[in-house]
Amino acid sequence: MAPVLEIQNLRKEFDAFTAVDTLNFQVEEGSFFSILGPSGCGKTTLLRMIAGFQEPTSGTLCIRGRDMSEVPPNRRPVNLVFQNLALFPMMNVQENIAFGLKRQGVGKDEIRKRVDAMLERVDLTGYGKKNISQLSGGQKQRVAIARSLVLEPSLLLLDEPLGALDLKLREQMKIELKKLQAEVGTTFMYITHDQSEALVMSDRVAVMNRGRFEQIDSPRNLYANPATRFVAGFVGETNILPVSVVSRSPLKVVTSFGLELQATQVNDSSSDELDLFIRPEAIILQHDGGGDDFNRFSLTVRNILFDGSNTKILATIGASDYELTVALPQNEQFAHIGKGDVIDAGVHLSSCRCYPREAA
Amino acid sequence: MKTHFRLGLFIFLTPVLLWLLLLIVVPHLELLMMSLQGKDDMGKAVWTFANYRHFFVEKIYWYTFVRTALYAITVTVLTFCVTFPVAFYITKVVSPKFSGFLTILLLMPFWVSELVRVYGWMILLRESGVINHLLVSSGLMDSPVEMLYNDISMLMGLVYTSMLFMVVPLISALEGMDDSLIEAAHDLGASPLTIFFRIIIPYAAPGITSGSIVVFMLALGNYLTPKLMGGKNSLWFTEQIYNEFIASFNWNQGAAFGFLLLALSSVIIWFGLKLSRQELGRALS
Ligand SMILES: Nc1ncnc2c1ncn2[C@@H]1O[C@H](COP(=O)(O)OP(=O)(O)OP(=O)(O)O)[C@@H](O)[C@H]1O
Ligand SMILES: [Mg+2]
Repeated sequence: MAPVLEIQNLRKEFDAFTAVDTLNFQVEEGSFFSILGPSGCGKTTLLRMIAGFQEPTSGTLCIRGRDMSEVPPNRRPVNLVFQNLALFPMMNVQENIAFGLKRQGVGKDEIRKRVDAMLERVDLTGYGKKNISQLSGGQKQRVAIARSLVLEPSLLLLDEPLGALDLKLREQMKIELKKLQAEVGTTFMYITHDQSEALVMSDRVAVMNRGRFEQIDSPRNLYANPATRFVAGFVGETNILPVSVVSRSPLKVVTSFGLELQATQVNDSSSDELDLFIRPEAIILQHDGGGDDFNRFSLTVRNILFDGSNTKILATIGASDYELTVALPQNEQFAHIGKGDVIDAGVHLSSCRCYPREAA
Repeated sequence: MKTHFRLGLFIFLTPVLLWLLLLIVVPHLELLMMSLQGKDDMGKAVWTFANYRHFFVEKIYWYTFVRTALYAITVTVLTFCVTFPVAFYITKVVSPKFSGFLTILLLMPFWVSELVRVYGWMILLRESGVINHLLVSSGLMDSPVEMLYNDISMLMGLVYTSMLFMVVPLISALEGMDDSLIEAAHDLGASPLTIFFRIIIPYAAPGITSGSIVVFMLALGNYLTPKLMGGKNSLWFTEQIYNEFIASFNWNQGAAFGFLLLALSSVIIWFGLKLSRQELGRALS
């Protein structure tokens, strides 16, 4: 199937500053595509170029195979849900949603039908006559999405739409958005700096840093096989240990406090100074089995961070002061662990991922 | 608690009520009584509607009355047309760094009195004025023409003197408007024209209404500008009132005219509010 959005060598420069740096990617029809990146990495700039509010410095941007460079925002088959929603305060819910349809010259009865259907879809049946100021944060959110979705765009762009909501509502809207996307089948392009939003909702996630994409992958792959040091550090929780290479193939590294570990090299690099990344759940406590490819060490418990099913311990490794975060299995097996306990632990070499150290 | 609140309200409200009563209600009652009085053949004061009847019978009064109303409406519309682009430019186009400076620049002429400003225009426009001098000495015209003392110069003067009262509410209304509303409308398929009429104007409507009311009332009640810049034939209704009070010394007739003007402005403003579906309270708040 042809991609909905196809971007080639897209660049945006503000004076000497490059906000979006030579991007190449495609978004598949009907998918939920997220762009995840820290604040200021150029996400909004990219989205505004797709919507037509900003002109690329160079590069091409095709939607459904059509070049968009000469098309003004009101003629593009994409719609944008603004970060601050930008609902029209002088219109009620119905008029807000009908605004785009009226511009397309859709008939009155047809408009009423489609608006009502849309209201039902976003669970706001009966709210049509309400004023915008009478709605709660989550309801406004849904009106903003309905207003764009009712136009049946080729691509719906969402710029951190959950940013203004409180945590609880955000969790709820995350699930609702994913459901909604699956129901309507519209291609969503979702921007966020919250990795959990991106991982939960998306089919594919692009991790963006300093105007570039570091990796485009499925959430699972992104988490399990981060391609770069940045992705490994940005997506999901992780422990980082500075190490030096002892031997290559098979790779052996040693920490500054003398612990030798077998590890996996991710990026090719001739550098002997590496950073070792270990996920909290990759560290296995009191493991009896395991072969030669299993690293063993002892941990001294410093602190227990109880958080229901998400409980972790902070422990120092070996004789060092380096603190590791270790996720506890969900059974009660380790409920007896207390501060100061020394436990045997281990980690498989495939979970010890080494990346070249970043020049500070 | 409750009596406390009452007492506070009373204390704060008293000066306002006194002001309203002494300076507005009492004089108007006096004027109303005056307008309903006249002298009979014997020179004795009697109650009569003669002053009002007089207005409806004499054509010249009617003519001035309608003319004044129409011109005041024209001034209001023109003032809006002139100031809206300015307010829009200051609040939305220019960078916020300069908008404060530009606003001050805009308000600067209003630090001098209306009289001085009107004389300024007269110096520019009159037959021996600056513009005529430039045109003649540059050879564009053979002989100077009189640009003052006609309806157009009067309209221009009125628009100029009322601009401030329109531009300030417009700026404050537009300042409150989030730019993303415009972008959102554009994104949903609206053309610039639609954005103007469907988003910007409705959003600024309270500001437009309050500005229009003030400008309309000021134009209607203006005496100085029509007198100095208008021609012999451009009579303003306030001049009629002045004539009755001062020239003819007919206070009863003048009071009646004053009341008619009050009724006129009330009716037109009421009609305007109905037409634009605005509420007075909301527009002025
Ligand atoms: N109009 C502009 N002129 C100059 N620089 C700009 C302009 N717009 C954005 N930038 C810069 O481009 C960079 C990227 O901005 P952008 O708004 O795309 O970030 P973002 O990824 O959306 O961040 P956030 O998550 O905080 O919204 C920022 O460093 C910003 O300062
Ligand atoms: Mg942003």
